[in-house]
Amino acid sequence: MSGFDKVVGSYAEAMAGLEDNMTVVAGGFGLCGIPENLIKEIKRKGTRGLTIASNNCGTDNCGLGLLLQDKQISKMIASYVGENALFEAQMMSGELEVELTPQGTLAEKMRAGGAGIPAFYTATGYGTPVGEGKEVREFNGRHYILEEAIQGDFSIAKAWKADRYGNLMFRKTARNFNPMAITAGKVAVVEVEEIVEPGELDPDEIHLPGIYVNRLIKGTFEKTIEQRTVRSA
Amino acid sequence: MALTREQLAQRVAQEFHDGYYVNLGIGIPTLAANYIPDGMQVMLQSENGLLGMGPFPLDEEVDADLINAGKQTVTMATGASLFSSAESFAMIRGGHVDLTVLGAFEVDCQGNIASYMIPGKLIKGMGGAMDLVAGADNIIVTMTHASKHGESKLLPECTLPLTGKGCIKRVLTDLALMDIEDGKFVLRERAPGVSVEEIVKLTAGELVVPDSVPEMVF
Repeated sequence: MSGFDKVVGSYAEAMAGLEDNMTVVAGGFGLCGIPENLIKEIKRKGTRGLTIASNNCGTDNCGLGLLLQDKQISKMIASYVGENALFEAQMMSGELEVELTPQGTLAEKMRAGGAGIPAFYTATGYGTPVGEGKEVREFNGRHYILEEAIQGDFSIAKAWKADRYGNLMFRKTARNFNPMAITAGKVAVVEVEEIVEPGELDPDEIHLPGIYVNRLIKGTFEKTIEQRTVRSA
Repeated sequence: MALTREQLAQRVAQEFHDGYYVNLGIGIPTLAANYIPDGMQVMLQSENGLLGMGPFPLDEEVDADLINAGKQTVTMATGASLFSSAESFAMIRGGHVDLTVLGAFEVDCQGNIASYMIPGKLIKGMGGAMDLVAGADNIIVTMTHASKHGESKLLPECTLPLTGKGCIKRVLTDLALMDIEDGKFVLRERAPGVSVEEIVKLTAGELVVPDSVPEMVF
């Protein structure tokens, strides 16, 4: 790496420095737009005691679900964790701590974490279990709870296309949590389908500027579909 | 007769207006997209980052990068736009979505809704439901009026953990359409062939019955 070139040579290099008990912020929605190879690298490394913030935790055999197989995750911050038997078993046995977080609050927590905003007020979750123990304030006659930002030691994310400087473009709904997840990590690692030379992407069409990205790697992706639903012609 | 799933979806669609941006929850709400009246433009918001959701794809159109909030493969309608989850929930929290339709386990006459967790049984998470009920002004809850054992789901007070507090004003069940006003359910319409007495019997929360309660028209 030199100058603004963020490209690393291997997945081992991409995840170098990840240690036990660290916090990882991950992009993806269901299995769409997940950093599948970076997750596999964490599995290979065997890092344990991880706190992971991600909308979902994959399925039994896919995505972040892979890290449950060897019990590498100790705490999960997510909005929806259905469709995962292993997850349920580890949660029920107490091996896995779960902080259920509303989806919009989770996205905003990551955005705030990356934008230097320590906390924000939101109406979401007021008067529900999510609001318990949190500061409440009234603005214009409505109640809001104080939610704190999320920051990670690492972020792992998937984008579609990048230039070597880490300027990113996402594709369709595979964007989801990825841009915010990237900004919220001290070391932001992004895997993409294609890397081009700086200058080849139209600056007006870059979804996330390379300033947020520390390491970049090109991968090949399985892109597993959770619910293949079609109509007949 | 209690409404079928298809009839529930049809009745939901009667709440659509031309030019509405609508978020439809998983299940019956999603079916309402099949009943958008001809000549009416409604744009569907999917909270994972798509405004302008189209029908399911043909086999050859399937794209792993294009799914809805239920993780089903979808297509984009003409004039669609794509964005991040933060942008998506800015739309929702900022009150820019005209109508939200979602399911529930219980609703009470204070406008509280419980829809995401049955302690000790079902722990899947709230997804975007808490944001949707907190952010929208215009919400319709679709649900069955009572459990299979005849226990009312329209209560004086919800017993399950809440998804949102004091945010529900309209409930459509398989038996009736009700508004929530001043801490009471108000019966507005009944399913064809269902008597007011039947609805009263299966509504545990306080229910106001106006002089005239028309049958739903499909």
